Amino acid sequence: MGLHSMFDVKEDVLIVRLAGELDHHEAEHLRDSWKDMIYSNSIKHVILNLENVSFMDSSGLGVILGRYKEVLQLGGEMVVCSISPSIKRLFEMSGLFKIVRLEENEAFALETLGVAS
Amino acid sequence: MKNQMKIEFSSISENEAFARVTVAAFISQLDPTMDELTEIKTVVSEVVTNAIIHGYNNEGHHKIYISCTIENGEIELSIKDNGIGIANIDRAMEPLYTSKPDLERSGMGFTIIENFMDSVVVTSTPEKGTTVNMTKQLINSKTVYN
Repeated sequence: MGLHSMFDVKEDVLIVRLAGELDHHEAEHLRDSWKDMIYSNSIKHVILNLENVSFMDSSGLGVILGRYKEVLQLGGEMVVCSISPSIKRLFEMSGLFKIVRLEENEAFALETLGVAS
Repeated sequence: MKNQMKIEFSSISENEAFARVTVAAFISQLDPTMDELTEIKTVVSEVVTNAIIHGYNNEGHHKIYISCTIENGEIELSIKDNGIGIANIDRAMEPLYTSKPDLERSGMGFTIIENFMDSVVVTSTPEKGTTVNMTKQLINSKTVYN
């Protein structure tokens, strides 16, 4: 089934929309393109939209944590939105919500970062 | 009645999806809930990923073995590699511990496995390999059989 990733830049916010299955195999490809998007644009914040992710494991948590550290270095924030109950459980189990903010949807997440959608 | 299946596949990351989907297809005859199915798929993904990255150091020419038995609504899952083994199992199972921080591992694999399964037993011999034996009783089946 694989993973599809779509990137969108609005002001200093990178929006990452993922669809499909995020495991170790897919995480490696995603890491490279995601990193590239952060550093080839003037990005401060990241919004991660997980609405269409049907499967995720701890490799997904790893790639999110890796980008979180980069965004932190840039003085920005990572916001996750549209998350399914099973992925929410993984986030809760790993304590990720202590460092990554959760919002209901992308439009609202953008608004909280001061960008009109 | 006892029902068993065994698969053997190459230690390449493309097979992580194959392994979890195959096990999920086998246990679907027990009519698991969506949550239970997701839990089993996640656990298979975690253990197979560990075998590939840690057991076999990302070398694709080795084999990973999965055996799954279902009986009275209980799933017995055994995932084995013949890799380098785990020197310190207790440390490997600590939340957030990873032996490969440079690879952006979250260190949450075993924590997730222990949360999603009823029992987890890790047997490992350095230079010989690792076997993870797990069980899980499905909720639906419990009311039918007990």
